[in-house]
Amino acid sequence: MGFSFSNGRHANVWRLVLREIKHRRLNFAMGLLSVAVAVATLVGAQTLLTADHIITERLLNSKEVEVEKSVGEKQAAVKKAGTELQNVIRKQMLGLGFNVLILPESQSLSEIHLNGSMSATMPEEYVDRLANSKIVTVNHLLPSVTRRVRWDEQDCEIIVVGTRGEVPIQHRGLKKPLLDEVAAGRIVVGHEIHRQLDLNKGDIVQLKGRDLTVSKVHIERGSVDDVTVWINLAEAQEILGMQNLINAILALECDCAGDRISQIRAEISAILPGTQVIERYSQALTRAESRAKAKESAETALKEAEQFGMQQLALERRTRQNLEDRHAGFAAILVPLVILGSIVTIGLLALANSRQRSGEIGILRAIGLSTWQLMLVFLIKAAAIGLLGGLAGVSAGLMIGRLLGSAQSGGASWHELFAADNLLVVTLTAPLSALFISGLASWIPALLAARQDPAVILQLE
Amino acid sequence: MMLRLEQACKTYVGKSTPVHAIRDVSIDLDVGEFVAVQGPSGCGKTTVLLTAGGLLKPDSGQVLIAGQNPYALSPDARAAFRAQTIGFVFQQFHLVPYLDVLDNVLSPAFAATSPRQDVRQRAGQLIEHFGLAHREHHVPAELSSGERQRTALARALLNRPRLLLADEPTGNLDHESAKAVLGHLKEFSESGGAVLLVTHDDRAVPFAQRVIHLRDGRIPDPMDRSLGTIL
Repeated sequence: MGFSFSNGRHANVWRLVLREIKHRRLNFAMGLLSVAVAVATLVGAQTLLTADHIITERLLNSKEVEVEKSVGEKQAAVKKAGTELQNVIRKQMLGLGFNVLILPESQSLSEIHLNGSMSATMPEEYVDRLANSKIVTVNHLLPSVTRRVRWDEQDCEIIVVGTRGEVPIQHRGLKKPLLDEVAAGRIVVGHEIHRQLDLNKGDIVQLKGRDLTVSKVHIERGSVDDVTVWINLAEAQEILGMQNLINAILALECDCAGDRISQIRAEISAILPGTQVIERYSQALTRAESRAKAKESAETALKEAEQFGMQQLALERRTRQNLEDRHAGFAAILVPLVILGSIVTIGLLALANSRQRSGEIGILRAIGLSTWQLMLVFLIKAAAIGLLGGLAGVSAGLMIGRLLGSAQSGGASWHELFAADNLLVVTLTAPLSALFISGLASWIPALLAARQDPAVILQLE
Repeated sequence: MMLRLEQACKTYVGKSTPVHAIRDVSIDLDVGEFVAVQGPSGCGKTTVLLTAGGLLKPDSGQVLIAGQNPYALSPDARAAFRAQTIGFVFQQFHLVPYLDVLDNVLSPAFAATSPRQDVRQRAGQLIEHFGLAHREHHVPAELSSGERQRTALARALLNRPRLLLADEPTGNLDHESAKAVLGHLKEFSESGGAVLLVTHDDRAVPFAQRVIHLRDGRIPDPMDRSLGTIL
């Protein structure tokens, strides 16, 4: 028995609707397709936009971690490099020192710079006083005599420097001497002297009647050092008639940068009144500044690395935002157009359907169906189209949206997508909206069909 | 009185000149009476039938069906009244093409609230009665013209109407089928129903108790209203 009758009128109308759908499959399928396309476009667009947002967040988070990691690594590298650099510079400072020269107050600096010689003296005991003091800014002390003399044996002028090597500072632990003492009977010669007099290590020369063995030849320094010889302090004092006197104390490897020279001066003058302190070698200062600069450069490089990372992050954010905006803009045009197209299509299909069924409408009206019942015949069909098309559209939209979203960085999972409120709301409301839209689009054709005059139809038929 | 048409007039207003379809047509039809309205094509037969069936309101005059003026009712109340009171049979059958014989016969029940078992039983009886049992699940496209018209007749009788209106029911039928259909109409009138048949087919004349001639929308002999052609 093909007719499952029930008490209510609507159940009968349902039967009519189902049979009609089966009979005019194409019309129904086209309506279904139209709704499905509209809903799929809406849901697909929303899925894609949600996926866009999720992927943006994911990419930015990942980029942020990457930048933090990279900056962290750079920080560690810079710290390591800085430590290494400081060690290297410290070693260089050992050779050159950040040095100050302690001179008698009466010593003319012009004499030093013009002649490379010093005439003013101070007691050698000063160096011991300084060494026994609590001075903190100076690490190494080298007393010396310096005098420009004629080297009669070689018929030339030279600078003679007498040095006794480093005087240990009492309140500190023993440190490796910064400069070795020139042993008695030994002589160290500058490069120009070595070149002009053809003096080499091991040669024996006479200086003021005293035999001295060349223990070392300096490489060219391009300074007054090239015309200088270094001998033992005591021997120099004897040769120059300066017993227990010195010209200068060289304070090496100060624990300070250039800006703390005033502190050194204050500390030394407190211990050794009647002395003056001058910065000895600008190269040493440069080294200290270089070290500071190296540190500064490293910090700058680190800052730049951080800035670069942040810029990259901002760039990524802008790029993703642009992509999201483009997609949203496209969806804002496409979705309403497709929905409008769908409404028009459903309306036209319903109208065509009602025209096609005019004979049927006429007889149904003649045998007693009310306007409302006839409208119901059309509206139930529209509802079926809306609901089924909506569900199909939601499924297709989710699949397509996710598929398109997957083209970017692996896409988003269903869990992630549905965690977004927007998509959940759209997914749940889309079939109901489709139902409503389909009903709305079919309303006028249904009304027109139901209000057709059966007499006119039957006469025409 | 089952049906009374009193001075019914209907004019169709077309794009050019108005067409007076029926003018002052009066017909009385008693319970158990089978009346045929005869006339050539375009004489207004179908307009008379639609007006009598509550489907086409006359411009003037009155229509009473079982004492009730259907045009005094709202469209939906009139539709319900039609479903309960009148059965229609048309030349073109007007079967719903996608419903099988059983569903077509049951279609008037869409508008009614009769208990389903009664309706189903009645439909079965009618199908059996009209010799369509073997065609119960066939759609109209699979039926012969005679079978289609018998299906339409069964549909018209489902709600046990008191008035049956038939518009050229034999127009598309061969002799045997026409004879069978006319026989069923007569049978209905003999069982207490009233039949108004409009046709130009002379084969209907022997079955009708009265024949009313219609010419140019008028009944030439006023006597036809109640007496008609005495056979």
